[in-house]
Amino acid sequence: MTVPDAPDMPATPKARSPFSEAFEMFRRNHAAVVAVVVLAAILLIAIFGPYLYPGDPFDMVWAPFTPPGRDGFLLGTDYLGRDMLSLLIHGARVSITIGLAAAFVTVTIGITVGALAGFWRGWVEEALMRLTEFFQVLPTPLFSMVIDALLGASLPMITLAIGLVSWPAVARITRAEFLRIRELEYVTAARAGGVRSGSLIFRVILPNALPPIIVQAALMVGSAILFEAGLSFLGLTDPNVASWGQIIGSNRQYILDASYTVTVPGLAIFVTVLCISLVGDGLNDALNPKLRRR
Amino acid sequence: MGLVIILAQRVMYAALLLIAVLVLNFTMINLAPGDVADTIAASMGGADAELMARIRADYSLDQPFPVQLGRYVLRVLSFDLGESYFYNRPVTDLIFERLPATLLLVVSAQLLALVAGILLGVFSARNPNGLLSHVVTLFALFGYAAPVFWTGILLLIAFSLKVPIFPVAGMVDVTVSGGWFVKALDIAHHLVLPMVTLASIFIALYSRLCRASMLEVLGSDYVRTARAKGLTPREVTLKHALKNALPPVVTLAGLQFSAVISGAVLVETVFSWPGLGQLALTAILARDTPTILGILFFSALVVVVGNLVTDLVLRMIDPRVRGK
Repeated sequence: MTVPDAPDMPATPKARSPFSEAFEMFRRNHAAVVAVVVLAAILLIAIFGPYLYPGDPFDMVWAPFTPPGRDGFLLGTDYLGRDMLSLLIHGARVSITIGLAAAFVTVTIGITVGALAGFWRGWVEEALMRLTEFFQVLPTPLFSMVIDALLGASLPMITLAIGLVSWPAVARITRAEFLRIRELEYVTAARAGGVRSGSLIFRVILPNALPPIIVQAALMVGSAILFEAGLSFLGLTDPNVASWGQIIGSNRQYILDASYTVTVPGLAIFVTVLCISLVGDGLNDALNPKLRRR
Repeated sequence: MGLVIILAQRVMYAALLLIAVLVLNFTMINLAPGDVADTIAASMGGADAELMARIRADYSLDQPFPVQLGRYVLRVLSFDLGESYFYNRPVTDLIFERLPATLLLVVSAQLLALVAGILLGVFSARNPNGLLSHVVTLFALFGYAAPVFWTGILLLIAFSLKVPIFPVAGMVDVTVSGGWFVKALDIAHHLVLPMVTLASIFIALYSRLCRASMLEVLGSDYVRTARAKGLTPREVTLKHALKNALPPVVTLAGLQFSAVISGAVLVETVFSWPGLGQLALTAILARDTPTILGILFFSALVVVVGNLVTDLVLRMIDPRVRGK
């Protein structure tokens, strides 16, 4: 007895790794690709720019309020005769470092709280979610202004202050993902196989919960840069370190004489955060393909 | 009946949250190095140990921490926030002087953002690939990425300096005299730029969510039924779709109260708006602990009340929530 011929099957496409699939999805979002390029340029400036413009950006180098383009100062000078371009380049490093570090603090606290709440349920969840709500009631900028002003406005303290007030959003997303995933079959299987809680949380559930968290983390970098800019605009930062917000804050009184000292650093913040949010959108497309059709 | 019980529960919970805010704030401020005695001494150009001790005794700073904390919570519960070290006046007076300005700014910006956001969201959802839709998307990106103080400064340069339509700073023009109506107009005139600046962030947020929510609802079966039975597009949009698309937007708006107040601090600084944010900044720079604590408490109060109101509104417009 012969086996009947199998009907002609269409050639199955070669299975692709999740990474190349995600990359393909990301590549289709043109705005995100452009944003990645711009961000890369900004990062390069932040990393290598200070070597091109060595020296203290706070040094007075020319007559105050030299308009952009005159006397070889591409972006002009501010009210103390400091080179705006140099300030901006040195500020890029500070603003972006704080953005990244604060986002790291935010995500670390958020994942820890969210994962514990979503995994253990019961009173742990109750207590942690109440804590999260508590932090959402606090008026965040005021709260971090206070932390900032009281613990000293050094850069690490600012980073910590931003991280301490921003984590609830990450915690909520993480918890929601954990609540969903912990009921899935592969988790039950792992549990039945005797996997201990620790590795269940970090090895089984967390990797599968990561996509929305990564997107949120990307957005958090942008929010943290905005947050830092706001704090330093108010003057609640280390006055001896140039950051984009700090440049705006210190030149604010002079918008009549020289609006570029305020508009240009603002533009730098705007472009950076805009690109970060576009990349976040792209990551969302890439990592959550199910949502893509919306 | 049920509503009363739920409301009572919510209020109780809100009160507990506020007490927790008090405890945290007080603890935090006391953990920080340096106290008001240092500040006073510094402003006098130095003081010896004996004088420092007297200042500390005057402000009850020599008591053990739990005693200070307990006293503070009890005093706040009887609506006494203490005396400002910096202004030498009761903190409640200072706050009530400034609160109306902040409330005016926050509430008007929130309303503007809701109305504009919902309108933009509804109209762009009617034509998802139309021009307005793209404008909403762009606007949403701008609202997220632009630092609010920068938006404010740009508006200030454009509409107060280059084209002087609106006043540069403050809330009232002292040279304006007349009846209450003239004064109200004057305040409204001053309010426009700060309000638009603050609302810009949230218009972006609400219009984006409203658009997504409308698109989802417009694809549902009951909307198709409503269309099939011959209702006009306007009736379908307003009576069937919008009603169901609104709850997520209202929920989000309720969650934003804390963010609106945050933004208000920056906007007040840009436009010299005489509100709580300005007071907070002065108090923080002067280490005026009672005033800072009072403001933190009041802003938490505004957030909590805002959340309660949102809850009630949600119950009114969404019967599904009532069941829960």
